[in-house]
Amino acid sequence: MSKQKKMTLTLPTEELVGSGNLACQGCGANLALRYVLKAFGKRTAICIPACCWAVIDGPFPYSCLGIPVYHCAFETAASTATGVKAGLEMIGDTETQVIAWAGDGGTFDIGIQSLSAAAERNDDILYVCYDNEAYMNTGIQRSSATPTGAWTTTTPVKFPKDQPKKDIDAIMAAHRIPYQATASIAYPEDLYKKAVKAKNIRGTKFIHVLAPCPTGWKSRPEDAVKLARLAVQTSYFPLYEVEDGEKYTLNFKIQNKKSIDEYLKLQGRFRHLKPEAIAAIQAEVDRNWDRLLKKVTAR
Amino acid sequence: MSKKRDAKKIVYESARDFPQMPMSQGSMLWNKTGSWRNIRPEIHLEKCTQCGICWKFCPDMSIVIENEFPAVDYDYCKGCGICAAECPMKCIVMVEERK
Ligand code: SF4
Ligand code: SF4
Repeated sequence: MSKQKKMTLTLPTEELVGSGNLACQGCGANLALRYVLKAFGKRTAICIPACCWAVIDGPFPYSCLGIPVYHCAFETAASTATGVKAGLEMIGDTETQVIAWAGDGGTFDIGIQSLSAAAERNDDILYVCYDNEAYMNTGIQRSSATPTGAWTTTTPVKFPKDQPKKDIDAIMAAHRIPYQATASIAYPEDLYKKAVKAKNIRGTKFIHVLAPCPTGWKSRPEDAVKLARLAVQTSYFPLYEVEDGEKYTLNFKIQNKKSIDEYLKLQGRFRHLKPEAIAAIQAEVDRNWDRLLKKVTAR
Repeated sequence: MSKKRDAKKIVYESARDFPQMPMSQGSMLWNKTGSWRNIRPEIHLEKCTQCGICWKFCPDMSIVIENEFPAVDYDYCKGCGICAAECPMKCIVMVEERK
């Protein structure tokens, strides 16, 4: 090997998420923050409510992150970020960016009021929801982000979840915030680009990242990135951006949609599903996709 | 973050050593997560095209770049296998860890 070719790196090499953290093997949430911080850089403060990342960061007196972290109460990610931002502005620091970093429980359920309030005031923060579709670090309890049919410890196989996943992106679009996007850890360049875009917009920004959780999804750790990719390719989790709540842009045009079965069969939490149940999920995914296409073409 | 720096545990001798506010005072680098591993990735560089995909997808920042080629940091690699699954050239194999 004498060739002196450079290694192809599509992302900046600065790492603000450190090794030695307490994430499970193959954690999608870890990758999500790694990419977002590559975009935001060192002049950033982050507010983390109760969620997996409150644990991953490490116990007192340690932190695996290279930036200031504020651990706050479960329902206060957005309001804490607002407060930190206001405090920084009081001392004349308009440059430091503030991120609220919450899981799906802290966004879809417990933190939705403070998120809605911050969005209504259009406070200058980036809110990222890394969505692993249940309360994972407390023992895999269902949240309103858990998809239909999924096993969790509170929706056991005999009583799987009946309700569909809450459409948080439509809720945020209804707030008419300047910028929001969905992103996936399987498309880091896209996620990075969206974070950079959010960094340069003033007002409330919202990014919804699907973060596979091998522990809670009962999948193999090495499949984490593959699952995130399949979620996009099956249109279960399409990648799009919304500006001012109405300008929809599709980032990933799906030519041949893969069947949802490919995505479900890699995950133990869907193993109990009968063919009829899978067909029902496929129908729901198709309906959501059509709904999204209408919004993209409506303008 | 330089890995050699501050990879130590913090010990408070008495209550007086405690910081007044519960603030973090060091990194997690003392926590060698390499001990979590059952299987270890081994990179066979002959087929490597230096595409950087393994580096990009490692959740534990354990693929380091040495002389423009990927190498595994076994102190922290948790053995998740994502690098082996994602490498388009299939040059990373997961082998059983011997203790
Ligand atoms: S096995 Fe996982 S943790 Fe280890 S180097 Fe590969 S991707 Fe990183
Ligand atoms: S993914 Fe494979 S081919 Fe690409 S840099 Fe890593 S080892 Fe080399």
